[in-house]
Amino acid sequence: MNTSTTLFGLDLSVLQGYGPLLLHGTWVTLKLSALALLVSMALGLLGAAAKLSPLRLLNLPATCYTTLIRGVPDLVLMLLIFYSLQGWLTALTELLDWPYMEIDPFVAGIITLGFIYGAYFTETFRGAMLSVPRGQQEAAAAFGLGRWQRFRHVVFPQMMRYALPSLGNNWLVLLKATALVSIIGLSDLVKVAQEAGKSTFNMLDFLLLAAALYLLITSASNQLLRLLERRYNQGVRGLSR
Amino acid sequence: MIELIQEYWRPFLFSDGESLTGLAMTLWLLVASLAMGFVLSLPLAIMRASHWALLRWPVQLFTYVFRGTPLYIQLLICYSGLYGIAAIREQALLEAFFRDAMNCTLLAFTLNTCAYTVEIFAGAIRSIPYGEIEAAHAYGLRGWRLYRRLILPSALRRALPYYSNEVILMLHATSVAFTATIPDILKVARDANAATFLTFQAFGIAGLLYLGLSFGLVAVFRLAERRWLSFLGPAH
Amino acid sequence: MTRKWLAVPLLAIACVSMGASAKEWKELRFGVNPSYPPFESSTADGGVQGFGVDLGNAICAELKLKCVWISNDFDGLIPALKAGKFDAIESSMTVTDARRKQIDFTDRLYAGPTAIVTRKGSGLEPTGESLKGKTLGYMQGTIQETYARAKLGPAGVKLRAYQNQDQVYADLVYGRLDASIQDKLQAQMSFLASPQGADFENSAGISDPLVPAEIAIGLRKDQDELKAMLNGAIKALHEKGIYAQIQRQYFGDLDLYNN
Repeated sequence: MNTSTTLFGLDLSVLQGYGPLLLHGTWVTLKLSALALLVSMALGLLGAAAKLSPLRLLNLPATCYTTLIRGVPDLVLMLLIFYSLQGWLTALTELLDWPYMEIDPFVAGIITLGFIYGAYFTETFRGAMLSVPRGQQEAAAAFGLGRWQRFRHVVFPQMMRYALPSLGNNWLVLLKATALVSIIGLSDLVKVAQEAGKSTFNMLDFLLLAAALYLLITSASNQLLRLLERRYNQGVRGLSR
Repeated sequence: MIELIQEYWRPFLFSDGESLTGLAMTLWLLVASLAMGFVLSLPLAIMRASHWALLRWPVQLFTYVFRGTPLYIQLLICYSGLYGIAAIREQALLEAFFRDAMNCTLLAFTLNTCAYTVEIFAGAIRSIPYGEIEAAHAYGLRGWRLYRRLILPSALRRALPYYSNEVILMLHATSVAFTATIPDILKVARDANAATFLTFQAFGIAGLLYLGLSFGLVAVFRLAERRWLSFLGPAH
Repeated sequence: MTRKWLAVPLLAIACVSMGASAKEWKELRFGVNPSYPPFESSTADGGVQGFGVDLGNAICAELKLKCVWISNDFDGLIPALKAGKFDAIESSMTVTDARRKQIDFTDRLYAGPTAIVTRKGSGLEPTGESLKGKTLGYMQGTIQETYARAKLGPAGVKLRAYQNQDQVYADLVYGRLDASIQDKLQAQMSFLASPQGADFENSAGISDPLVPAEIAIGLRKDQDELKAMLNGAIKALHEKGIYAQIQRQYFGDLDLYNN
């Protein structure tokens, strides 16, 4: 007699009780990716502004930042930052005579990934900002719009149109890079799949399941990006699909 | 720091006395997987850019799967997953193949880079101005000779900037090889870290080595672009 | 302009949680690599269990502190301890001179000799001559790795380093490895006791200064107060018979302490 649970007709008992853990791992991956995306986009905007600035004080560090980060593999940076981050924070808190503060590994992962992909987004936003015709900014200034208003109402919407393909690409790369956080010990989808496979001696199935879940997420992202592109390309004549 | 360099410079660069390690191993992984991936991708790219759905769809499925999943999972499947299947271990040839960690790693890397390269080359093939093809037809070039004389050279040249990007990304991707027990740069860095606990220095040296390699590759591709893409105009 | 640059580190600090201050002990944070059953392993719901974990929990109970277990890669345990990620390491870590240079240790927790695991009937001994040309696997960052690379590698043994112990056993079963080198008892109680390990056996213990057998709890240096607390707790566990009780639960009549 088989009293197995089924989902859409698929037999779930094959998961042998690892279902909830797998779901949790997927959720960790999604959360990590989304939050790292926010951090890296914020850093990207800052970095792009710095790189486009005429001041050498801003220009030079930003250039160093993007060159270094994009020239070194994610995993090396992750190991470097992850192991060093706590040590630096401890040194800082000791210096300032604050109580000991601990960084949760999840937060450390977000900071690390955000920092790394901030460099890629810097390049994305820099290229996009350069693509917006300068006349737009001048006209906005002529109308009396302040700096922040100019950015928010004129530059940003137009910039997003150019940034979107590259942004989408960076998002997909970031999503796949989160698979590496299992190497620094975070319990994401890949680590959970490995644990499950190891205990049930069925490694291949669980790894294939993890791969399928990633595929699902990337497909959904692609659809979302297509929608966003349509929205930001409103009113622009383009090639017929 | 000095002791770290003194003790580990050889493993970092080429060997730890027994096998190829560090920089040499990373370069070997990179060159081998790129070469095999490139050769495989040419016929697949032609199929991918074809008019016939029957040729296009299988390749599209292949690139969809391999570009939509992380390389790390692909490596794990090749190394830990596949070897666990009894059917593979019973077949003598497959068993001997998957037993070797290097084979598994190169398989995963080759398939991955092939998928990305196929998309790049297919895009380049599609972007050839139709006028060139019409002119070729007017001269009587058709079929295989059309591909050999016009389409492939043109597409490969146009793809050069994008392919150079893929090569750099592949270099970064090889850093995950140590999880399949391959002693590349990152493995040596971890060893150095475990022995001396100078985390920042050990991984910093690894980072510098990768940085140097990246710069080197960028320089090589810039020369290649100057040689092969100058026909596109002064910007190239 | 300066404000913008402070935004990122401040954002980072704002995200972190405040731990207990070091002076008043409310909880004890242990760093552990749970891939070494029956000493330390993970449970299906993400927690940790095992002989070492039970001893740690007993010590916390003795000291009336809350125990917190933080998982980490084995070769990252010492850097993480020094960075302050946890207060102590309880992960079957052997006391070696190299490690003593970096951190401090409590009194002995138990003893763990090193041995190799091979297929039954293979006739392989844990020596360079016997293993020449064969492939030997181990977990990265362990004393077994140090020993293998110093004594066995130069003798012509092919070496393979793995992320954790489970992967070592997996490849041993698959046939990628001819032998694996780890703590003798750990292999005995976990792998060799499982159906996967039915065809394998342990060798005799290796006695070599590079693979000492003393296992203790690791601490940062200059933590005399904590060290005294932990040593006192360990002594109390022996005196109250709690140690013997836990030991019997896992190992029956085996005496790990005087092994």
